[in-house]
This record gives sequence, structure tokens and C-alpha cells, in this order.
Amino acid sequence: MSDAAPTTAPATPPASAASGPDLSRERLRKRYAAERRFRLYGITAVLIAVAMLAVLLFDIVSKGYTAFWQTHVKLDVTFAEEVVDPEGTRDPSEIKRANFNELVFDALFETFPQLDSEVAREDLRRVPSGAAGAELRRMVVDNPDLVGTTQAVWVKTDDKIDMLHKGYVDMDAPPDRRLVDERLIEVYDALAESGRIDAQFNTGFFTGGDSREPERAGILGATVGSFLTLAVTLMLSFPIAVLAAIYLEEFAPKNKFTDFIEININNLAAVPSIVFGLLGLAVFINFFGLPRSAPLVGGITLTLMTLPTIIISARSALRAVPPSIREGALAVGASRIQTVTHHVLPLAMPGMLTGTIIGMAQALGETAPLLLIGMVAFVVGAPSGFTDASTVLPVQVFLWADSPERAFVEKTSAAIMVLLAFLIVMNATAVILRKRFERRW
Amino acid sequence: MVTWVYLITLLALILFGYWLGQRRAFRVSGGRPVNLHSLPSYHGLYVALWAGLPSAALAVAWVVLEPHFAEWAMLQQLPPEQRNQSGEDLQFLIIAIKKVAAGYEVIREVTPAMERAAAAYTRVQEMGQTIALAASLGLAATGLAVGQRFVSTRLPARNRVERVITGVMVVAATLAILTTAGIVLSLIFEAVRFFSMVSPVEFFTALSWNPQTAIREGQVAADGSFGFVPLFAGTMLITLVAMLVAAPVGLFSAVYLSDYAPKRMRALVKPIMEVLAGVPTVVYGFFAALTVAPLVRDTAADIGLTASSESALAAGLVMGIMIIPFVSSLSDDVMNAVPQALRDGAYAMGATQAETIKQVVFPAALPGIVGALLLAVSRAIGETMIVVMAAGLAAKLTANPLNAVTTVTVQIVALLTGDQAFDSPKTLSAFALGITLFGVTLLLNVIALNVVRRYRDKYE
Repeated sequence: MSDAAPTTAPATPPASAASGPDLSRERLRKRYAAERRFRLYGITAVLIAVAMLAVLLFDIVSKGYTAFWQTHVKLDVTFAEEVVDPEGTRDPSEIKRANFNELVFDALFETFPQLDSEVAREDLRRVPSGAAGAELRRMVVDNPDLVGTTQAVWVKTDDKIDMLHKGYVDMDAPPDRRLVDERLIEVYDALAESGRIDAQFNTGFFTGGDSREPERAGILGATVGSFLTLAVTLMLSFPIAVLAAIYLEEFAPKNKFTDFIEININNLAAVPSIVFGLLGLAVFINFFGLPRSAPLVGGITLTLMTLPTIIISARSALRAVPPSIREGALAVGASRIQTVTHHVLPLAMPGMLTGTIIGMAQALGETAPLLLIGMVAFVVGAPSGFTDASTVLPVQVFLWADSPERAFVEKTSAAIMVLLAFLIVMNATAVILRKRFERRW
Repeated sequence: MVTWVYLITLLALILFGYWLGQRRAFRVSGGRPVNLHSLPSYHGLYVALWAGLPSAALAVAWVVLEPHFAEWAMLQQLPPEQRNQSGEDLQFLIIAIKKVAAGYEVIREVTPAMERAAAAYTRVQEMGQTIALAASLGLAATGLAVGQRFVSTRLPARNRVERVITGVMVVAATLAILTTAGIVLSLIFEAVRFFSMVSPVEFFTALSWNPQTAIREGQVAADGSFGFVPLFAGTMLITLVAMLVAAPVGLFSAVYLSDYAPKRMRALVKPIMEVLAGVPTVVYGFFAALTVAPLVRDTAADIGLTASSESALAAGLVMGIMIIPFVSSLSDDVMNAVPQALRDGAYAMGATQAETIKQVVFPAALPGIVGALLLAVSRAIGETMIVVMAAGLAAKLTANPLNAVTTVTVQIVALLTGDQAFDSPKTLSAFALGITLFGVTLLLNVIALNVVRRYRDKYE
């Protein structure tokens, strides 16, 4: 445009020739500025989106990484025979009944002989976790020779000490607004000074079930629940979705009925997930009488929710197989079903699997419908079957996020990290599958 | 246990049927499969279907009918005046008897009749299980025996098997319709019960939401009020905040990614957007409740405003972030569908890239973009976890995003988690909310999908 102006200048009247170039240059400057501004908006928008993801992930990781360590306290525990095994039988069932918490407290009292007042002892009792006794019990049952000996044992501390050690307690805050009271802080300082406090890897987080005490809470129960639920979802949704997609793409005549099916699938894909929860509650639990809180019902509900997604991606995988494949098979005398099962389906399978994995990832992260069908069970162990009461990872996240204890914040974040790790693995598998087996025709 | 025995035995029978059918077909062909109408493997499948289908149908029928049958047998043991009492009391009685049968403690007094009923219930369950197992496995064996007798050189096994496969495919495809029907019917059924207790006019016009109903008679707060308006207003407020974030960011990033970004940047940013879309909503909820909400509250306090610790703004902002990739990818598709010729025409006239986008591509894509935004709105309305964790529970009619508001989805979750009696208006109101939610999102989706489709057809 600007190049054209000088060449046409001689033909134009002098007045406009004099003012023209100036005006157009001015206009051009403005237009280019507008162009740059527009581009800037675009970059800003992209950066905002990327930054939000970064902030989100950073926030979760920075809150949660400490949960993989648990503060332990070293105690010189004397497994006194008169407490552990007064009869001297060394019978595990006898030993199990002993009061191991008392051993923990005794060891603490011995560490601080100067603190012998009742009040001070009460403070000491708050140091170890409620699970400390159980840890000792397991040790002795596994190895009865320990009875009568004195061992240096690392036991879990209470979540308050844990929070102190990890620096989550705001020491600048006025004492009455702190998470932990002054006296416990003194005990902690004394323990830390003598090198008896240390953070160790928190295996219990991966091997324990839910608990009201943050230091005992683990994600095993929720993970197993998620796994069982997903197994049901996969077993139901994959075959149904593949069959439905094959029918709609390869066999269905074009008529009102199949149109109606398609409209339904497209709309179901956009129905809010909570509505599927209402469906599950009203139909599977109230009408069919299936058990509440069970992975079976959760799996069926999630199947209905993910089916449209999987069907849609399975159909596009089928559509990507060129017609020449089908024509070739039909030409050598294969029936239509043989054409599909022997030729089209194997070629479309990677695409279908990709869609299925993405659907499963969606199901793994889903919370709302499972709340409605009661998968909020407080499960201490891991569910052992498809009809046991259980919970799933995202619901566990929701439940912990609701807990008032400060220590559950890091547990929640850590559970989220585990959940995200599962999702990343699933999505990465889908991407690899797509990359490796995708064919361009 | 019984389930596994059944499944494993059935599987074994099916496999045996396949093997038998195949072998028989081979034998009747005189060792030359070319004499057969269908390949031996189809005869195998044919016999396997005979073994599997009738038995599986019987097993499914039993699983569905068994609870009703056991309940019926239980009721037969009760004296008639107990059997014929009104619905609610009977339900409680049945639940109590089931608890007795399972060996739990019950609060009410256990009468001998109830114990008899519990015994009958257990007996029917135990015997029924054995009988059902025997019957369905017997049916499988019978089916196998019958099926293999049909094997002959002229048996069109392939056609028969393919007909069954086609039937199964039709059933699988119809499941989508059944799901929709299930949603609509179950929601309507419960909602109608609700509307028989609370009039629809009151539900849709009353300005206060306080779904407490008396558990005992004469309790304070005996009458719940079921006004939908504050919930709707809260939902809309949060949706508005979310769209104010998601629409500009999503649209501009779609424009930038489709028309400006160098290839490498696009290859980098697109997966990031997908990750953003794949983050579970409960994670966003946690982020909103623990990070954004305190931030909003403190910032508001710094500039002299008061924000509650659970604010519509916090929930809306995070929901906006969640929807960004949704808006971005949908409008990216829409803008890519605008033919290159339109862009080339604009460039030929000397328009800059921004002018081309603003004056040519955008107007051409407008219907599609509107459709995408409508889908995003429907998504925001139906989103649950973020608002459950970061918006409040108290229904307040306000337009101030710094206040706590509640939404339709929050109330559904609040009403239906925990113990519930299925005939109080409190519980049933969740289904009335559910059908309203379903209706609104369905309407938005249908409009949006139609707009997008018509728009695509225009350029294809």
C-alpha cells in the first residue's frame, strides 16, 4: 500500500499529493501499532494460561512435597518384660495385648528426667503419634527376642510436632494464635537440640488407609478404591464404546433412529457430571438396590459418563481408516463383519485405545458424581472387592481438604501430586500410543 | 464368591463350546472344511453363543429380581397389619429386618415375626443363590448340548453369529438413548414427588433458600423454604466471573496460537493447554479454597473492602482458569474452519494480520465462537467441585462477587451427601435442582451444537 502511493502520486492532484503521504504514514503508524498491540494481547493471553498452570502446579508441589517426609523422634525404648510379656510366654497373641503406648511414654520420661511434674509429663505425652505404640507392637511381634532389651527406635511424632519441625508454625504470630502452644514448642526444642528429631521418608503415606490423625493417614485405601472403580469402568465402557462406535460408523443406516442416537451421544458428552451422580443414585442405588459407596456402582456411573467421550473418539479413529481398506476386503469376499473385525478394527485400535485412556483419565479425576453415590466412606484399610465400601483418590482429596487439621493441607497436596502423577502417566501413554501407531494414509 | 464360581465356570463352558463346535464342524465336513457353509471357527462361535447367552440372560435376570423376591418372602412372614402399613414405616421395617438378617444391632424391638422374616430373607438369599447358580450353569450346559447338535455342513453359522454380533452392537449404541432416558425419567420422577410437596411456582419465584425440614414435629425451623432464585443468581454470578476470565484469555490465545505463533511455540503451548484441561476439578477446588480465596480476602482487605473467606470471586476466577483451554480449543477449531481464501482476500486488500482477524476472520467465525462460549457457559454452570470447595453454602441474593454465594450444584451435593430419607422435600429438592440444571445445560448445548454445526456446514 505504502509502496503504491509514490508511483501513483503524479496522477493525483497536487493538493492531495502534498497532504496524502503524511496522512497515510500517520495512519500506517497507527495501524502497525494496533497490529503490535493485538499481537501483544495474544501473547499475554497465552502467557496467562501457561502461568496459571505453573502457579497451580508450583502451589500444589510447594505445599505437598513435605508430606513425603514424616517427623520421627528417637526414643530409647526399654521393652520391659513385665509390661510386654509378664507371663514370659513369648506368645505373639499375648504380646499383642500389652500397652505399648506406655513404653513410648516411659522412654520419653526417661529422656527428660528433669520434667517430672504431672503437667510436664502431660506435654510429653503429646509428642508421639497415636500410632507409635502400634509401631512398637509390630516390632516386638515380628521379633520377640526384643523383649527385655533397650533399643533406639524412631517413632512417628504427633502432627503438631511434625508441623513444628517442617516450619509450618508461624513463630512470629502471637502465642495464643499459634497452631502449637508454648509448652509443646519447648519440648520440641529440647528434643531437637539432643538430635532426637528427624524427618524420615513417609512410607505410611503409601501403605496406610485413611485416618483422622494426619500422621497416620495414607492413600492406599483410596488408591485401591480408584483402581477397582476404574477397572469396572474400563471393563464396561471399552467394549460397549467400541461396539457402539462400529455400529454407528460402519453399519448404521442413515435414518431418524441413528440420528437420534447421535444427538443423544453428543448431548450426553456435555451433560454436567453431577447429573450422572443423580442418575446413579436414583437408578442404581434406589431402584436396583445396589450397595452404596461401592466401586461397582461408581464404576457403572463413570461408565455412563465416559461412554460418549470414548464413542466419539473411537468413531473418529474408525473414520480415519480409508475406504480402500474396506473395499479391498469386501472385494475378496469378506462379509461386512469380517471386513470390520479383520481389517478396519486392527487399524483403528490404537486410536480407540488412545480415546479410551483419555476417557479413563477423565474418570480417574472425577469427584462430583461419586460424592452423590456415597463414595465418601471412611475406610481405614483397603477395600477388598467391588462391593465393599470405599473411596477414590479425588474424593479423598476432597475429604482431606475439608479437614481442619493444618497437617492435612500437605497430605491433601501430596495426594493431589499422586493423582496428577497417575494422570500424567495415562496421558503420556495415550500420546506415545498415538505417536507410535498413528498412520497417515 | 458365587459370582466368581459362576463366571469362571461359564467361561470354561464357553471355551469348551467353541472348541467342540469347531471340532464337530471339522468332523462333519469329512476333514475338508471347504464342504462347510461357514468356517469351523464360526461353528465354534455359534456353539459358544448357545452356551453363553441364555445362561448369562438368566443370571442377569436373577440378579435384578432376587432382591424383590427375597423381600416378598420376608413380608410373607409378617403379620398382615405390619405388612399393610404405609410406605415409609414399611420401608423402615424392611431395613430393620435386613439388618437383623445381616446380624447387626437394631434400635427397635425385634419381634419373633421379624426374626422369622429375617430368617426367611436369609434363607431365600442363600437358597436362591445356590439355585440360581445351578440353574444358570445347567442352562449353559444345555445350551451347549443343543447348540452343538445344530452343527452340520449346511448350517449358516457365520450368518447367525454375525446377526447376534449386529444385535449386540445395536444394543450398545442404544445405550446412549437409554442413559438419556434414565436421566430424564429418574429426575422427573423424583422432581414430581418434590413438586407435589412444594409448588413449582414457589420453587421458581421464592427469594429464599433454606431447605431445613423438621425431623421431629414442632421443631424450630420446621418449614424449609425452597426458593430457586438465590441459587440461580449465585450460579450466574460465578459463571459471569468465570467467563470474564475465560472468554478473553481463551479467545486471544486461540487467535495467537492459530494465526501468529511459530510452529515450535504452538507445539509447546498446545500440550500445556491440554494439561490445564486435564487437571481434575477437585484440584482446582483445592487451589481455589486454599490459595485463591485467602488471596482475594487479603487483597480486598488491603484496598479497604471486605470479602468473605469464601467468595464468588475466588471460585469464579479459578473456574475461569479451568475453562480457558475449553474456550481456546473450541474457538481454535472454529477459526481454523474459516477458509484461507477469506484471509488471502483481506491480505490482498492490504489489511494487516490483526485487521484481517478482527474484520474478516472474527465476523466469519462469530456464530461458531458464540457456540463455543455457550458451551463454556454450560460447562461453568454444571461445574461442581470448585464451587463446593470454594463457594459458600449460605444462599444469599447478592451481586457482589466478594460475598459468599451458593450454586445449584453446591446445594445438590450438600443435600445428598450424608444420611438421607428419600421422601423429605429436602432430599427430593436436589432432584428438582438436578432437572433444572439438566434442562438449562441441555438447552445451551443444543443451541450451541446447532449453531456450530450450521456454521461448519456453511464453509464445508
